[in-house]
Parts: sequence; structure tokens; C-alpha cells
Amino acid sequence: MSATTDTGAALPRPKIDFAPALAPFLIALIAAPLIGSTSTFITLTFASLAMGLMLFTMASGFTLVFGLMDVLNFGHGAFISIGAYMATLVFAPLILWSQADSLALNLGVILLAIVVAAAVCGALGLVFEKLLIQPVYGQHLKQILVTTGGLIVVEQLLYALFGPDTIPLGLPTSLRGAFHIGDAAIEKFRLLAVVVGLVIFVGLTLTLNYTKIGLLIRAGVENREMVEALGYRINRLFLAVFMAGSALAGLGGVLWALYREQVHASVGQSLTVLIFIVVITGGLGSIGGCLLGATLVALVANYAGFLAPKFALVSNIALMVAVLLWRPRGLYPAGGR
Amino acid sequence: MMILSGDPPRGRALVALLAVIVLILAIAPFLFPGAKSLNVAATILVYALLVASYDLLLGYTGIVSFAHVMFYGVGAYGVAIALYGLGPSWGALILGIVAALPVSVALALAIALFSLRVQTIFFAMVTLAVASAFNVLASQLDWLTGGEDGRSFQVPEILRPGFRLISGRAFGVELNGRVLSYYLVFIACAVLFLALLRVVNSPFGRVLQAIRENPFRAEALGYRIVYHRALATCLSAAVATLAGALGAIWQHYVGPDTALNLSIQLDVLVMVVIGGMGSLYGAIVGAALFVVARNYLQGLLGALSAAASGAGLTLAAGLLHPDRWLMWLGLMFILAVYFAPTGIVGRLRGLDKGSG
Repeated sequence: MSATTDTGAALPRPKIDFAPALAPFLIALIAAPLIGSTSTFITLTFASLAMGLMLFTMASGFTLVFGLMDVLNFGHGAFISIGAYMATLVFAPLILWSQADSLALNLGVILLAIVVAAAVCGALGLVFEKLLIQPVYGQHLKQILVTTGGLIVVEQLLYALFGPDTIPLGLPTSLRGAFHIGDAAIEKFRLLAVVVGLVIFVGLTLTLNYTKIGLLIRAGVENREMVEALGYRINRLFLAVFMAGSALAGLGGVLWALYREQVHASVGQSLTVLIFIVVITGGLGSIGGCLLGATLVALVANYAGFLAPKFALVSNIALMVAVLLWRPRGLYPAGGR
Repeated sequence: MMILSGDPPRGRALVALLAVIVLILAIAPFLFPGAKSLNVAATILVYALLVASYDLLLGYTGIVSFAHVMFYGVGAYGVAIALYGLGPSWGALILGIVAALPVSVALALAIALFSLRVQTIFFAMVTLAVASAFNVLASQLDWLTGGEDGRSFQVPEILRPGFRLISGRAFGVELNGRVLSYYLVFIACAVLFLALLRVVNSPFGRVLQAIRENPFRAEALGYRIVYHRALATCLSAAVATLAGALGAIWQHYVGPDTALNLSIQLDVLVMVVIGGMGSLYGAIVGAALFVVARNYLQGLLGALSAAASGAGLTLAAGLLHPDRWLMWLGLMFILAVYFAPTGIVGRLRGLDKGSG
């Protein structure tokens, strides 16, 4: 950072802080004896992994958008709802595919739903950004207000278009049920969610670390003005990130709708709360922190849901408070925020 | 103008509008003897106070909180639990309020110290998370709060509909306990509103506005930002708690959907922005407009919707469905943030400047 640094000399490698990354293992270690049975523990841990990766998928866009442009998008949840409704639109006409006893057709319909949801949400993200967010760059208060207004309007529009009732969404045939390893049950859909989530995590990490655009995004998170000064149009880059983030939210919405096997427009609002907890816990703006936060939140939610079901959501707040006491900026905040 | 703390509404149109609203509210029991209209008037009063206390935070200090309704809920539940558990006496009522206040203030202080220390925008996210957790907690603790069903309770005798202050009628209206409750709510709201007006026009209020405009400069001038922001949070939480207590006294019922739901928080946000941020008078205008719209706009939308479906426009009929009234207010909200950040109050004041 200092002006006297010789750019030719190798910068000292930043020290990596390993302690936060160990937190999930610590929580699993504490929870294991309380839960008692090994098979239950494995089932719960795997369920947490699936939930965590779904949360990560939904939260990653939010955290990147904030990291790059300091935009706090309270309307992020709207894209989750839209994605979920897109899943119902795709599943309804292809009911034969999803009921067929063929893994390929079943996965095909899910893939199609994911593609449609991501495309629609990406396109709507463009509209949302241009219409709502661009006029209020740099004004946090107005951003929060406008995006909250956007969430209200989108939610009401969804009610108007799809009706106010909960729409059931059945899982495709070959994804129902679970694999059994000993007594531990591993639900098939959760396995799929883990695979999709990991693919997205690896894809995001590779894009951010090994491509030009990823380099620009990371540079923008660190120092926006400098990237602009070097001649890159950060607004366009941001628009792309916003669209990608919205698409990921929509994708997460599809997964979440299938996980819950139902769709309702309020899902976006309720997940927004979880996403905020994930992002605050993990540290605003960083992908790694987002994954860690999502895993922690999911682990705590599942373990607490088993041990003390009434306090599952409150347990997330407790986790957030504990983390903020330890690291006031979250576990891995980006760019020294 | 001592009573308005030297901060009169300014602008002829605004003064006229406020005078009409306040006058109607002041004589509402005699103007509209019906139960529904009186309920609308009392809701406007309670919301105006709640929105005004929210404006202290949002408009004057520049912090977005999503937990304001939580404090309202603490007040409402405090009264509800005390009256339910100890029976309908004034002592129980006061105990409920006195017990709720420190709970609210302590919660507000904890949230403020946690999130305002790092970044103001943390505050918005943390409050949303805490408020939703609180909502879940209140719906789970059946033994204390009545869970999802909430608590219905009796208020002290002279506030009940059966009570008669005098036999016979005054201006053709029975002076029953309901009318007395209304005036209790009216006077309490008026006093608290004037107190808030005093706060925002005090040196402390000026510092809050300075922090809103330029935190670095305010800090450079020697004002401790975290201290002022935290104090504003606690103050507004305390007033919201009292508003909740008044709301509970009026409704005789408290449940998660009437006192803690996130949608009420969004309503409050809409009211404060449409009425006008940064001016407490905006709270009165915003609350009056919103509550009237919620109660009467639906009828209008219903008629439009029926007309649209009669004309074969299914989508238009869906968009104009009475249940979609919030969408139209949401659009108005977004437009207000862009084009009229000072809300109706600011517009009306500008009107006067333009013509005079």
C-alpha cells in the first residue's frame, strides 16, 4: 500500500489466517458427543453440507456485488423467489420427464430449470440494476431503501402472476429417497445439491483467480478507483457481476424449491435473513468467507434443529454474535473492509 | 411556538394538511362513531408515533434499522403479558410498560454496540436478522406469549366498551370506555410526538443531523459518533416500545402478526419515506395516508380489478387485485426515494416556496 514499495520486489505473502477455517470442525466436534449416534451425526452433517452449499450459491452473488461496488442489495432475495417460480414453470409441462424412471431425463429437467432460472434472473438482474441501483450509486441509505422497495414490488408481482398460494414442486423420481451407508441416510437430492454447489464454488474460485475478468473483479474489490484509473470500465464489470449474482440467486432458488418441494413468493424474504447471517459471519465481500459462513450457519442450524428444535433460527443469531465478538468484521472480510 | 420546539411545519399547504389531519383525529369519535373508522383513527395515531420514532433513526441520524417493529412488539407484549398474567388493573398495565422499556433499551444498545462499531450498513443487516429471530422466538415461547395465537387480554375497566363515563350522550355519542381509550391513545401519542420534536431540535438532535450529513466532520468536531448513534437508537427504541404499549391497549390483542411481523417493518419504512424523511411531520402525513390507503384503497382497487376482468384483461385484473395494494405503495415508495427524497412534506414545503 505504501508509496515507497518497489513494485519490482516480490511483495511479502500475506499471512493466511487459518483459525476461522477450523471453526466448522470445532462445531462438529462439539456437536458429535451431544448427538450421540454416529449415523445421525453423519446424516445431519451431510444435510448441513447440502444446505450450506445451497446457501453459498445464493449468498455468493450478494457478497460479490457488495464487495465490488459497495451495493447492499436487499432485493437479492427477490431473485431467489423468481428462480423458484421458474422451476415450477419448467417442471409443469415436463411432468413426464420428471416422472420418468430415467436418471438422465430427471437430471435433464433439473438442468433445464436451472438454465432457465439463471437466464431469466440474469436478464432481470440487468433491468433491476439499470432501473433501481444505477441512479443511487454510492448512497447506501437510498440503496437499501430502493432495493427493499424492489423486493416488495417483485414479491407482489409474483403473487399477482402466480397466485398467493404455495405451489407444490415434486422431486423427479430418481432423486427421491436416500442412499444408506450403514444407518446413515444420505438423501439423493442433497447429494445433487452438494455436487452443484461444489461445481459453482470451484467455478467461481477458478474464474476469480485465473481469468482476466476475475483479476479485475478482485482488483475492484480491493480498490475500485485504481482499476478505473487503469482504464477499465468498472460499471460494466459491475453490471456483469450483478447479473451473474442474480443468476446464481435464481439457481439457488431452484435448488431450494426442490429441497423444500414447494414454492412461495415469501421464500426470498425469509432466505434474505439467512443470507445476511451467512455474509456477516463470513465477512462481507469474500467468496471464501461466504462458503465458510454458509457452512457454519448450516451446521449450527441442523445440529440445533436436532438438539433443540425450537431455537434453530435463534441459534444462527447466537453464531453471528459469537463470530462478531471474535472477529468484528466477520471471518474473512475482503479487501481490508 | 414553544410547544412545537421552534420547529413549526412551515409552508401553508403543509400547515393546512396537518391541521386537517390533527383536527379530524382529535374529534374522530364524534365525527365517525363507527367502530371501523375509530379503529382507523387510532391506528393512524399509533403508527404516526411509531413512524416518528423511526424517523429519528432513519431521517435524522441516517441509519436504517429493520428491528424497529421489534421494539414496538416488546412494548405490546409487555402490556399484553402483564395484563394477561396479573389481571386488568392499572398497576399491571404500568408494570408491563415499565418492564418492557429496559428490555427494549438493552436490546437496542446491544445491537447498536455490536453493529455500529464496525460499519453502519452492518446495522441494517444485523437488525433484520435479530428482528426475525425475535419474531420466531415470540411465536415459539407459547407459555409466555401465546405463540402464534398471541394473547387477548382485558384492559382496566374504564377503558372497556361497556364502561360509561356519563349516562346519556355528548354530541350524540356515548362517552364509553372505547372513546376514553381513544383519547388516552391520542393524548399519549401527542405528548410523545412533541417530546420527539423537542429531541430532534435539541443540540443532541443537531449533532445527529451533522453525523448524518458528514460523519467524518462531526467526529473531527469532537462528537463521538458511536455514542450519539447508539443513544439515538435507544431513544427511538424506547418511544417505539411506548407506541407498542398504546397499540396493545387499543387492540386488546397482541400476536406475532400484529406486533412483530417483518411486513409491518416494511410498512413503517414505506410510511416514513412517503411522508418525508428528516421531518417528524412526515410521520403524521405518511401514517395517515398509508392507513387510509390500506383500509380504503383496497375497495378502489377491487372496483378497478372487477372492471379490468370485465374487459377481459386478466393480467391487469391480477395486478389491480385488492390484495396487491402493497405493490402500488411499493412503486410509490421507490419513486419517492428517487424523485421526492423529502417525501410529501418536502414537496408541500417546496410548493409554498415556489409560489411565494
